[in-house]
Amino acid sequence: MPIPAQALRHEYLRHNKKFPHVWCPGCGNGIVMGALLRAISKLNIEKDDIVLASGIGCSGRMPTYLDFNTLHTTHGRALTFATGVKLANPAMNVIAIMGDGDSTAIGGNHFIHAARRNLNLTAIIINNSIYGMTGGQYSPTTPFGSKSTTSVYGHIEHAFSIAELAVTAGASFVARSTVYHADLIDRLIEQAVKKRGFAVVEVISNCHIQYGRRNKLGGAVDMLKSFKEQAITVSRAAKMSPEELEGKTTIGVLADREIPISTEEYIKVREQARAQKEKV
Amino acid sequence: MFRYLLFFYLGNKMTEKGTGKKAATKKSSRKTPVKKKKHYDVSFYHDWCKACGICMAFCPQKIIEAGKNGKPGMMNSDKCVGCRFCEIHCPDFAITVSERKSKKRANDV
Repeated sequence: MPIPAQALRHEYLRHNKKFPHVWCPGCGNGIVMGALLRAISKLNIEKDDIVLASGIGCSGRMPTYLDFNTLHTTHGRALTFATGVKLANPAMNVIAIMGDGDSTAIGGNHFIHAARRNLNLTAIIINNSIYGMTGGQYSPTTPFGSKSTTSVYGHIEHAFSIAELAVTAGASFVARSTVYHADLIDRLIEQAVKKRGFAVVEVISNCHIQYGRRNKLGGAVDMLKSFKEQAITVSRAAKMSPEELEGKTTIGVLADREIPISTEEYIKVREQARAQKEKV
Repeated sequence: MFRYLLFFYLGNKMTEKGTGKKAATKKSSRKTPVKKKKHYDVSFYHDWCKACGICMAFCPQKIIEAGKNGKPGMMNSDKCVGCRFCEIHCPDFAITVSERKSKKRANDV
């Protein structure tokens, strides 16, 4: 039995003071927030055992609306603060919510090193391929040739794929979904929070106000429809050739592997050192 | 051979005496699998709705339509199949889909 939205509203949202939220009509951030709440209520984690950290940007507004232990931090440093919280109290479930500019541009270094370090964190990255809040400047995930306020004649640089970056950087769990596949997002977030190790969930979202409008992609509905057409599951994508996959996004679990977690390794090292000292 | 016949005879007698009635009722229930159609109620919280139009565009039954202010309303809630697409894709938490409970009294709302 799915959890009704009304129960989620009353349980997890700061519904009596912050709503309706500031996001534009049809923004994917709201869909991701709903998916996050459904995943957490399915996992049955206490509200006090969850820490939600976010950076700056439209996605950075999310912790303001949610009734967990929340941190609204500086630009690109959501993972840094999350790492600090995790090291101070490893029992906490720490979730970092970032946008694409937040996680890959200014926080790119933090992101790859958090993946390499493999702490027991969950990172949710909402990728709308533009800096929406500041007025539509191009971000590292803006596709080649598309228009923004800082690339009026078409973007001359190439975009990179956040999920594949996380796979090569050494994250334990990497998954991708789009906001059209909202039920897939909550399944992936559920798996990611359960996963022991650094888990990344990239969600392709729509910014029809800053990105869609300039590139003639239509409104929220048209962009969601295009996500539906572009998305291909991992199992289907494995059978297709690279030429066929051009312009498509693979969704599903891209990597799921067991890698030793650094906090647990640290405890082992400490015990080892203590034993040696006792011998002497 | 004789043994099998005896068992068969005894078995028949048993069903006639003891469990004959039960078996009959079971058979009848198997013949007519009455499955009640589930009905759903969709409620819109207009104070939070921003009229983005996702629920209206993607409803598989096409029963959500815009009102005067562009905000959605339910045309024929008996047709709703309860897929909850509108509920999980509403960015503003403004839609709740719930299963309709039967009215216990005639004057129930």
